[in-house]
Amino acid sequence: MKRSQWSATALAAGLVVSLAACSSGGEGGGQSDSLTLLFGSSGDAETAALEAAAAAWSEESGVEVEVQAASDLTQQLGQGFSGNNPPDLFYMSWDQFQTYASQQFLEPYAADLPNADDFYPALQDQFSYEDEFYCAPKDFSTLGLVINTDLWEAAGLTDADIPTDWESLRSAAQRLTTGETVGLSFGLEYARLGVFMNQAGGSMLSEDGTEVTADSPENVEAIEYVQSLAADGSLRFPADLEAGWAGEAFGQGKAAMVIEGPWINGALAADFPDVNYQVAELPAGPGGQSTFTFSNCWGIPAGSDTRDSAVEFVEFLTSDEQQLAFSEAFGVIPSTESGAQQYAEQFPENAAFVDGVEYATSPVAFAGAAAVISDFNASLEGLESADAAQLLGDLQSNLEAALEEAQG
Amino acid sequence: MAKRSGIRSNESVAGWLFTLPAILIVGVFLAVPVLMALWVSFSDWNGLGPPVGGRAQFVGAENYADVLTEEGLAQRDFGTSIRNNLYYVLLVVPLQTALALFLAVQVNRRVLKGRGFFRTAFYFPSVTSSVAITVVFLFLFTASGAVNSILGWLGINGPNWFNDPSGVLHNLFAVFGWTSPGPLGATGPLGLTWWDWLSGPSVAMCALITLAVFTTSGTFMLLFLAALQNIGTEIDEAASIDGAGAFRKFFSVTLPMLKPTLFTVLTLGLIGTWQVFDQIYLTGGGSPGKTTLTPAFLAYQTSFEDLRWGRGAAIAFILFAIIVALTLLQRRILRDRDEKPKRRRRGIDGDPHDGATAQAVTRLNAGAGGAP
Repeated sequence: MKRSQWSATALAAGLVVSLAACSSGGEGGGQSDSLTLLFGSSGDAETAALEAAAAAWSEESGVEVEVQAASDLTQQLGQGFSGNNPPDLFYMSWDQFQTYASQQFLEPYAADLPNADDFYPALQDQFSYEDEFYCAPKDFSTLGLVINTDLWEAAGLTDADIPTDWESLRSAAQRLTTGETVGLSFGLEYARLGVFMNQAGGSMLSEDGTEVTADSPENVEAIEYVQSLAADGSLRFPADLEAGWAGEAFGQGKAAMVIEGPWINGALAADFPDVNYQVAELPAGPGGQSTFTFSNCWGIPAGSDTRDSAVEFVEFLTSDEQQLAFSEAFGVIPSTESGAQQYAEQFPENAAFVDGVEYATSPVAFAGAAAVISDFNASLEGLESADAAQLLGDLQSNLEAALEEAQG
Repeated sequence: MAKRSGIRSNESVAGWLFTLPAILIVGVFLAVPVLMALWVSFSDWNGLGPPVGGRAQFVGAENYADVLTEEGLAQRDFGTSIRNNLYYVLLVVPLQTALALFLAVQVNRRVLKGRGFFRTAFYFPSVTSSVAITVVFLFLFTASGAVNSILGWLGINGPNWFNDPSGVLHNLFAVFGWTSPGPLGATGPLGLTWWDWLSGPSVAMCALITLAVFTTSGTFMLLFLAALQNIGTEIDEAASIDGAGAFRKFFSVTLPMLKPTLFTVLTLGLIGTWQVFDQIYLTGGGSPGKTTLTPAFLAYQTSFEDLRWGRGAAIAFILFAIIVALTLLQRRILRDRDEKPKRRRRGIDGDPHDGATAQAVTRLNAGAGGAP
């Protein structure tokens, strides 16, 4: 009996010790001799480039960096924050940024960076919450019109035919449509359709961001224009072409023109190296030219123990030199004006993407908007037969409710 | 009882010590997390810092109201997820149970050659990772995939399975020319119109239903097989001598004897289908058009993506309540058909006669156990 009592006690004590060992201890001070970096990788090229950058900085600063590619960045970030153990530095995507900032997850460090003013103003806005510039944009992408040059020439089109407005886009798409190929394709989602809305002169929010304008006549016009392209048969969406995304349909030759960003370069080089293509700026609508910018920023958790080291690392990562190295490795555009200019010279075939930043806007992304946008995207499945005004009416009321909640 | 002291007084301490490891493990990994999740469902915790003792505030039943009573996107999403899952459960549970029973009876037949092979073959999908199977299904059900090719031989133009958000009941109504909601356009429970409730599972969901039936039937076949092997041959022979044919024997003799197993299979099936998550995660989180969104996935999405952990936990607890309620209901339905004497013997209902018996039994046991 005595012996079993002792062994039971020992077992219980052992359990407590092993559980305690599972929890990690904190460390103090803004400086640290090691950092963890969590990022969502687009592929091996990006992972390798980040590892190389981290190694180079470690040598310079003496701070070890553990680079970790996330399999599901959102989930791993959520888990890290709720477990009180977030990574010291991470990719923060544009669509989640406002949510994270409004919940006070993020350290507003970007304004203190020596190169804070070098970033494009549109990107500074994208990563500002309540007029405070939170985190440094990592790079950016805009949308352009990617054209398959072989199919273009086969249809008898020349450089003069490159679409500059909605009408020329329609006629080019019609001429490119054949039995196996559709003229135009893009993902059926707000991140593409929203461009047409902006080109029509519409928007999701009023200038000051206090009112929802999703059901404006301009937006209705944009949706109806896209519906008419689909009705012509010259626009089909990737799912109907049995492609995971528009870039895949483009690579397979099922679509002659797609609306995508610079990431298509890497994907085509890896999977469809034989496709010849060129990139043009998106055509202007009745309300002028417009495109979207998408970006990630370098997020640092609020009140981080390793803040100072992480900020130094961000400074290194956002230097023109390092950003151009990333551009070379996986095709993103530097987030600083000087870096982007060098990029446009170095990669003239991507100049259209850089030119777009002049008139680019950020997709609507205030805290809570993501759920509304994903609901809108889901309702777009029936776009071809839907009533544009009703689609936008639902979006309007949902977005109004979300905005009201976001503003408290 | 009170007099019990002396040499046995240490026993209760020893007893607690012996159970301490189990209590600790269950407490730390089960009781505390569940209670904490319950607290989170009544708080505005945003996922930053600890849920208890941090900045999280008690907000009452607000999280529950958001998805149950307050009109808006959250309520409609929840309603949609419940509708989708309801059709999923209604189709998967009967189909997989019937198929499992059918397979078990087949591989239990003595005349069947190579029984071992078939048993393994049918059980194989159950031991394969559901991720792997889902990915295979994604390929099988593409627009020009194997399934549509086979349908093509039969002259059927197959749908674009995983990208088709149309409900099968809506499609069926359309055959009869009924395409507009009409009077059913009125808003029903949880912010969805009655017309939406009647959509039936989407074509994409049907592919997932096929997948679920395919993967889980093997597991339940094993349970039925074990139960079938417990039925003695003499019962079978007795029924034959009484002149029962194969069908009569199955429905009047075998099936009633399988009732406890049937209850187990139906309960496990019900729980598993209401919690479906991994297939949804892999097929794009509710796409097409939110027609494969389920409460389990919605709870995950609300928590991790929208950082509304309270609402996510509330959805999880509502799901828990649904499962418990349905399990109790099912237990009641299966028990009511039992014969009276059997019920008495178990002594589990509130009948005073039963209660007395049960008490007597307890006293007897206590007397026997308590004797020094």
